[in-house]
Amino acid sequence: GSGGFRKRKHDNFPHGQRKEEKENVNPPSALMTSFKSFQLELDTRHDKYERLVKLSRDITIESKRTIFLLHRFTSAPNGEEILNESEVKLDAVRRKIKQVAQELIGEDMYQFHRAISPGLQEYVEAVSFQYFIKTRSLISVEAINKQLIFTAEDREETTNMPSKCHDTEGQRWGLKVTPVDYLLGVADLTGELMRLCISSVGNGDIDTPFELSHFLRQIYDGFTFIGNTGPYEVSKKLYTLKQSLAKVENACYTLKVRGSEIPKHMLADVFSTKTELIDQEEGLP
Amino acid sequence: MSVSEMFAALQGALGQDQDIREEIRKVVQALEQTAREILTLLQGVHQGPGFQHIPKKCQKAREHFGTVRTQMESLKTKFPADQYYRFHEHWRFVLQRLVFLASFVVYLESETLVTREAVAEILGIEADRERGFHLDIEDYLSGVLTLASELARLAVNSVTAGDYSRPLRISTFINELDSGFRLLNLKNDSLRKRYDGLKYDVKKIEEVVYDLSIRGLNKEATAGGGGEK
Repeated sequence: GSGGFRKRKHDNFPHGQRKEEKENVNPPSALMTSFKSFQLELDTRHDKYERLVKLSRDITIESKRTIFLLHRFTSAPNGEEILNESEVKLDAVRRKIKQVAQELIGEDMYQFHRAISPGLQEYVEAVSFQYFIKTRSLISVEAINKQLIFTAEDREETTNMPSKCHDTEGQRWGLKVTPVDYLLGVADLTGELMRLCISSVGNGDIDTPFELSHFLRQIYDGFTFIGNTGPYEVSKKLYTLKQSLAKVENACYTLKVRGSEIPKHMLADVFSTKTELIDQEEGLP
Repeated sequence: MSVSEMFAALQGALGQDQDIREEIRKVVQALEQTAREILTLLQGVHQGPGFQHIPKKCQKAREHFGTVRTQMESLKTKFPADQYYRFHEHWRFVLQRLVFLASFVVYLESETLVTREAVAEILGIEADRERGFHLDIEDYLSGVLTLASELARLAVNSVTAGDYSRPLRISTFINELDSGFRLLNLKNDSLRKRYDGLKYDVKKIEEVVYDLSIRGLNKEATAGGGGEK
């Protein structure tokens, strides 16, 4: 390629666009300059998204572990210890959520919602499970959000982007779990409660299943009340919820019918064969 | 608070959400209507006599953008300003379409690529997220990619109409656009899919330029400027 040729071409094209901008001979055109800034903007956005996805995964994993831990609650002789341990774990999860909230300072949360939604749902599941074990009731979305308000102590070291709303945000900032995330988390909770019900029978605990069936029925009624007002995902969960409820109700039924006939120490055996049957049924399409 | 009360509150929130979406959908429908009108107007340039009336058509299109601005104004009032991305999906398509139309008008007028700021101004919105209802960068880029395929078509039709110099100018423009997009690291999303189509537009235009140059039809217009392609 000869410089002279390029020059002649340049004269013919008053707008000065050239194909050869990569050679760095010519100063970048306005178009290239703006695309360079687009590159920066898109990369920043994608990086933030990736960081949030990673945080969300960590939140999911830690929340799942907390749930597993809480499942040991009924069988352990020292339940208090397990509750305390779960509290420690949830605190760790909240520290991760704090990082998420920091990433989102000055951003539109919904822009990155898809990145963090799975983690938040799992957190809702864990925290509501713990709350249920403690108080036998359902935690409200407001109570969850209250725990997700953070104060600024170490904001500067973890945020690697200067936040634009620095002044308006003040010292406290939080992350709000959306109603939909909350609902999906609660729907997952019912699955855990079903497992809790089955395992508590295994431990010879006859009262918990009845309590659970009552509680699950309330939640199920709540979900049917919402019906299809919510998004598609919520209605999808309703089906699984129904199955969980059926299992718990059947368990209670078995307890009621067979409980009077069979000596208490053998109940667990009877019951475990019964649940296997249910599980097999579920395996079918 | 009892479980049923909690769910009643949630239902209320979801119901409100649905109302907002309904309102947005209405305005978006009106916007789509205006966008179609502008498109019909601009489609005229592809027909033979249309080439002489480009400035007039652009003038008319710009008048239509006045309607767009009022409709955008009403869209802004339908939802809380800080929840743009919550309802983004509803107007994403029409906004991309409008970006394309605005960039087409600007290209026909000045043969330059409209800047994001200028497009935002034409549509009566902001270029920057901090200042309210804004033009998302991905929507802007998508609209620009639609412009590229429209220009590929325009190159073909301008040859038919006897305008042999236009394809050469379009070619330079598209090539620069292509190198601009090459700078971006696109994720595997819809924008990336649209971008993958750009190379076909580039190819199409280069074929037109090639056809012109082997027949010497570009000589009188540009003295061989496009001949190297």
